[in-house]
Amino acid sequence: MDRRSKLIEILQKVTKKPVAPAAEESLFDSGLLDSFALPDLVSALEQEFGISIPDADLNPRKFDSLARIEEYLDARS
Amino acid sequence: MPFLREFGHYLPSRVVTSEEAGSWVGATAEWVMNVSGIRERRFAAEDETVADLAAKAGRDCLDKAGYDANRLGLIVVASGSPERQAPGPASVTALKLGAAGVPAIDLPLASAGSLFGLALAARLAPSMGHILVIGAEKMSRLVAREPRERGVAVLFGDGAGACLVSPSGGKAEVVDVELGSDGTWADDLCLEQNAPIKMNGRTVILQASRKIPGAIRSVLDRAGVAAASISAFLLHQANQNLLDKVAAALGVESGRFFSNIARYGNTSSASLLIAASEWSQEHGFAPGAHAVFAAFGAGFHWGALLARGCPAK
Repeated sequence: MDRRSKLIEILQKVTKKPVAPAAEESLFDSGLLDSFALPDLVSALEQEFGISIPDADLNPRKFDSLARIEEYLDARS
Repeated sequence: MPFLREFGHYLPSRVVTSEEAGSWVGATAEWVMNVSGIRERRFAAEDETVADLAAKAGRDCLDKAGYDANRLGLIVVASGSPERQAPGPASVTALKLGAAGVPAIDLPLASAGSLFGLALAARLAPSMGHILVIGAEKMSRLVAREPRERGVAVLFGDGAGACLVSPSGGKAEVVDVELGSDGTWADDLCLEQNAPIKMNGRTVILQASRKIPGAIRSVLDRAGVAAASISAFLLHQANQNLLDKVAAALGVESGRFFSNIARYGNTSSASLLIAASEWSQEHGFAPGAHAVFAAFGAGFHWGALLARGCPAK
């Protein structure tokens, strides 16, 4: 499974909805992700990609779209 | 370490339902309940000040403890909603308690204020004697400021809580404290002069959902106590969804987290001690049983305090 598909799978699991947003689509503005689902998304990213996201990186903007999440994961790799 | 000797609280009598609060911002009571777990909150009378609320909670606490206000070594009043910038409500609170002359200091920390006050008192009590810590808020004055934001105006209520910290015995002994502050996020939850409360809920929830469990784990790990063995988690009552999230992060059932947010809303610095006071009245510290206090708020400031029930006298 490629990374984009994995991210969509994580997002579907967190939101409990069959969502498939476009890469640049804002997950917040589109209503796919609310404040209380965001921590779950971050935890799922840590678990699925085997990384630890420090508190200093817990800025919602970093996780606002699939493209931004990929950008963050690239920066971490 | 010093002791938590007694608790007290005061809540104004006017009940403001979520139906009424929701009507200010075009939201239904059901929506308010879903996003926060708040069914109603209390609003103080127009002429009631933060110091009035603080003094009533302090009086309740001192009366229960049978302790004379004049014998206090220090009074600490946490509030993020005082009527004026300076002086804060501490000196007037002391006066209203009949304790003019006793040193009184303000902690303008908002939601984490009571926790920081307890931590400070735990350090100072051995040298200063009994310390009365109060968290008091008149948030209704702030939520009335325009423009009212849907996700903010419905959350808050008024009230005050108090705790008497003693160097020589009480209901529970303070075992350990963990505190933290990070100004990186100061603009994400703040109150500018004459402006409404500004809150970036996403940042607040994201940071709080990490930092509260982190602080709790720190005190538990140092004490070698498992989260599962904690008799009660007494947290700042910010949002029921956040309480549930912290419980899940610690692997503890939500029922172990005392909650009164449905009745009082978010009373900022007051909420921790109102919760502790109600819990203490309803359940109390069993000898040897541990309870955790924790809070997170504007600043950001956060922390946790571990207490252990004292043997019954």
